[in-house]
Amino acid sequence: MPQELDILMIEDETNIAEAVRFILTREGWRIGLHPEGKGAMQRIRAARPRLVILDLMLPGRSGAEILAELRADTDAGLAATPVLMLTARGQGPAVQPLAEKADALLAKPFSNDDLRRVVRELLA
Amino acid sequence: MAAMKQRSATRVLTGTRIRERRLALSRRQADVAREVGISPAYLNLIEHNRRPVGEELMTRLADVLHVPAEELAAGREEARIAALREAAARLPEALSDGPAELEQAPEFLARFPGWAGVLIATARRAEGLERQLVGLSDRMTQDPYLLATLHEVLSAVTALRSTASILAEEGEIPPDWRRRFHANLDEDSLRLSQTAQSLVAYLDSFEADGTIFTPQEEVEAWLAAGAPEIEAPGGPLVSDAGRAMARDHQARMAAEAAILSDEDLAGAAGRAAGDPLQVAALLARPLDLVMRRLAALRPAGFETAGLLVCDGSGALTLRRPAPGFPLPRPGDACPLWPLFQALAAPQTAIRLYLEAPDGGRFHTISYGTRSQPEGIDGPVLTRAQMLILPAAAASGGPVIRIGPACRICPRSQCPARREPSILATS
Repeated sequence: MPQELDILMIEDETNIAEAVRFILTREGWRIGLHPEGKGAMQRIRAARPRLVILDLMLPGRSGAEILAELRADTDAGLAATPVLMLTARGQGPAVQPLAEKADALLAKPFSNDDLRRVVRELLA
Repeated sequence: MAAMKQRSATRVLTGTRIRERRLALSRRQADVAREVGISPAYLNLIEHNRRPVGEELMTRLADVLHVPAEELAAGREEARIAALREAAARLPEALSDGPAELEQAPEFLARFPGWAGVLIATARRAEGLERQLVGLSDRMTQDPYLLATLHEVLSAVTALRSTASILAEEGEIPPDWRRRFHANLDEDSLRLSQTAQSLVAYLDSFEADGTIFTPQEEVEAWLAAGAPEIEAPGGPLVSDAGRAMARDHQARMAAEAAILSDEDLAGAAGRAAGDPLQVAALLARPLDLVMRRLAALRPAGFETAGLLVCDGSGALTLRRPAPGFPLPRPGDACPLWPLFQALAAPQTAIRLYLEAPDGGRFHTISYGTRSQPEGIDGPVLTRAQMLILPAAAASGGPVIRIGPACRICPRSQCPARREPSILATS
């Protein structure tokens, strides 16, 4: 099945999602958005993106739960999908276990240059 | 000086006095403990002079042991000497010019009782402030309101930073995108300023005297800690009001447990398939009693049960949290909680499914009661309670979308909203 998306961003903050979509679209990536935790795994399975940008605090289901389910998926290819986790500084112990499961962490607020750099590295 | 040491060494300590008096009356330790509202283990520690006795407890002990409080308290001097030693021990070595002359504490107390009193009170004040500091620190790291507000600030700042950078650095931007980004900047800056104002108002609401917890919060912390000894030093019950409320609660729970035993309740709960009304029917006991006992005992089938109780004014008088159920600070509530419906329809159980803003679902049974404890001409007292149980996502029936309290609830279109939320809309 051909990949239609390079990146799927799961983020409930509409204005952050719009800014990120604009920046990464200008970089030439095809990016899709999903606005809540609920249904995120189904969307990942359907879209099979090359990279998932995942917010930690989401309504419906937390980013940590979604990441754990993704990594435990029986489809080894899907389970290995690179994940860039967006976190907030000061979440300390909550973030620590994610550092091992996510491919990269980006603390809010982040610069657009940092975002571009990390995405390039993960999609290289 | 030698005479003073001799006197101190031979003086009978308070705890020993209490023990001697109890044995003289041939009273069992457990019976006396129950009558004064403490555990036998705690009384045992007191009797062996390993715990201090506060004035209020001393009065109750004196009453139960039929002896003047002054007679039992004759060992108060020893308690003050112990307090002086404790004050010396609590001061870190680095902050003192040298070790205190501990052996001269009795002489210091005898010669300068006023100064000794100042030192003891100062040490206790410092201890209280340390406790408040710990409480404040816990609040800063665990308070759901502060955490939600911090998240809100970070989200707004992240959106502002990314959007502003796009406008400043990305060169040519299509007009429709430019308009959208300008609108987003306006929206996020407004959101940030409202959040900042709310945060400042919230911090200002901390009482000026530094009292961080309300008595109700103390009782909730005490219940969450498994209801340890009420008089135990270092526990969550730091105010007289908090301790009095805890004692009342304990007495009520004991009285209700006497009416409905743990064994009977667990047995019926096991046969009732998670239905409190069936439990009540099996036991032939009032539903409100059964609901309170289920939340207190949490037998099989009700392991994560939470309970909210309110009086006729809607003020919450008891909050036993259920995992994941959004509770605001004491004094605040969501008007959509079915608990408040039950106030208007007493003696009728209301079952409703609730959905929290994070998607968590709950199965709730609410029930109101009315009573006239002062007789036919007395006031009618209304009370309602809501038992909170987890619900599967596929649970049947209509679902009410509730929140913690309007100020920190993200449901912007809620028909019951009474003030704007500082959180993002959903």
